Amino acid sequence: MNTEIKVKNLNSTADLVLEDRVHKSLYSNPEIFDEELDKIFNNTWVWVAHESEVPEAGSYKTASIGRQPVIVVRDRKKNIHVMLNRCRHRGATVCEGKSGKTKAFTCPYHGWGYGLDGSLRALPKPEEYENILDKAEFGLVKVRTESYNGMIFATLKDDLESLDEHLGGAKKWIDLFMKQGGGYPLQTLGDHRFRFPGNWKIQLENTTDAYHFPIVHKSFIASVDEEAAEVFDFLDGEGYVEDLGNGHSVMVMIPELVDLEENLDEPIPERFEDLAKSLADEGHSDEEVRRLVRAVGGSGFNLNLFPNIACSMAFFRNLVPISANETEIHHIAIGGKGAPQAFNQKRIRLHEHFQGPMGFGTPDDGEAWERVQAGSMAGTDGWIMVNRGMSKLSTSADGNVKGAVCSETGMRAAYQKYKQMMSVESGK
Amino acid sequence: MKLDTQLLADVTAFLNIEADMLDNKEYLQWLDLWLESGLYIVPVEHNATDYANTLNVAYDDDEMRKLRIERLTSGDAISTQLGEKTVRTMSRFRILDDIDGFVRVRCAYSLYENNKNGLRIYPANLQFKLVRDGGSFKIAEKIVKVMKSSEHLTTVNYLF
Ligand code: FES
Ligand SMILES: [Fe+2]
Repeated sequence: MNTEIKVKNLNSTADLVLEDRVHKSLYSNPEIFDEELDKIFNNTWVWVAHESEVPEAGSYKTASIGRQPVIVVRDRKKNIHVMLNRCRHRGATVCEGKSGKTKAFTCPYHGWGYGLDGSLRALPKPEEYENILDKAEFGLVKVRTESYNGMIFATLKDDLESLDEHLGGAKKWIDLFMKQGGGYPLQTLGDHRFRFPGNWKIQLENTTDAYHFPIVHKSFIASVDEEAAEVFDFLDGEGYVEDLGNGHSVMVMIPELVDLEENLDEPIPERFEDLAKSLADEGHSDEEVRRLVRAVGGSGFNLNLFPNIACSMAFFRNLVPISANETEIHHIAIGGKGAPQAFNQKRIRLHEHFQGPMGFGTPDDGEAWERVQAGSMAGTDGWIMVNRGMSKLSTSADGNVKGAVCSETGMRAAYQKYKQMMSVESGK
Repeated sequence: MKLDTQLLADVTAFLNIEADMLDNKEYLQWLDLWLESGLYIVPVEHNATDYANTLNVAYDDDEMRKLRIERLTSGDAISTQLGEKTVRTMSRFRILDDIDGFVRVRCAYSLYENNKNGLRIYPANLQFKLVRDGGSFKIAEKIVKVMKSSEHLTTVNYLF
């Protein structure tokens, strides 16, 4: 196979993505980054929140679509809106902070006041606007919003296919993932946020990279009991990766944990015996204890939804592109709304153990990603290989392309969608 | 307000030793400074109070502290292999109260870290709950409110 494909004959970013490799400049070229914001983030469904992050009337969360700040808010009628965070007067943000609760959005600059649905309600000294400003036309700009099973997405493109069509084959996996509330509706339990000096696609690849796990996460595996270490030793198991279409993919690492409502009579793992006991002591039935214990460690798969959200075993992983060589990651903890405290507490502790700036897993991932960014600068030309497992593909029961658990099938799925979106001429 | 300068001096001396051990990676000695029931907490949100039921950056009981030290020293973790240097400075010590043998103290804290991404500074408010132990103290609780912890941090390969 020719590994010396010269890039000088290629003239568009889409040409930098081949079936089995992508050009290293995709990680660091600022012009390509700007093109991505335009052609990808401004042209697809971007995940902005889980419904439980805006639980009540007036609850809001700030988020972004690419680099554009938006507000996700629930209005008095409990409808969810996503709006550009830009005052229609002279442009100030009308909402700051990660999340909170409010009755209205008041611009700090000249005091224009907007309702929870974005409508412009009042402004100080209106006389000077007599006959020249119709309040009905100056509400916060609303962004098209649709939800699936609690996942809220927004798009700047009014004529885009429905979210339902966009998610397609991924919906089945979202439904499975949502079972980890242990019989209770899924609820977010706070998040870890951190930045790393590297491109957003390095993180996109990582969520569907099982190959690195035993290497990069050796110290995490050393910190759990033998039974758990065996669960995480999945490279030789029956796992697989499926290309779900539209850039989405699922990587099943632990097939026994795909459906958390099945196999409830399995023995309780040793590391969850204390949890089972405290749940039983609180008076929960044996069946409920088993359902909660089975759900507490999360699902046995990572679902990668192109371009910015993953349902990753036991948490949501949201990526926010900052620049070509900087990315912000949100690791959002989840549990069950109204679930026993011991269950949610255990989920929080498990999340802290692996995830976040001081977890036993994330810093090692971060080190690997930083090295990819730095190493990709070497040489004037060169490729990143994503061909692992290409000669051993099969077809899944759902009719999808399927590769081994440690194949790069999910990365290829994402990059082919990327290539397709980047081939569209600007301004279309 | 009458100042107990002796207590302040004792507490300051103890906390300087604690910081010095972390900067010099004397982790096993550092573990000995703790009560077994002690908690090391780096919260995400600085106004949190119910740490057990809230997501933290770190929430280490005795078992997790030992596992963390194992991780930082075993050489298995790629992020720790360069063994970056840290420098901590502390000032503005204030005894908050001294009740039933527990001394609560607060101070200003800055951690400087040098690594391949450059020099980084983490200012923090540090709060300890200490219990008298012979002529010295043991740590019952250490809470590190790192600036920006609720916005975004970078990955951390040491203890605050
Ligand atoms: S910029 Fe918002 S009121 Fe003037
Ligand atoms: Fe990883």
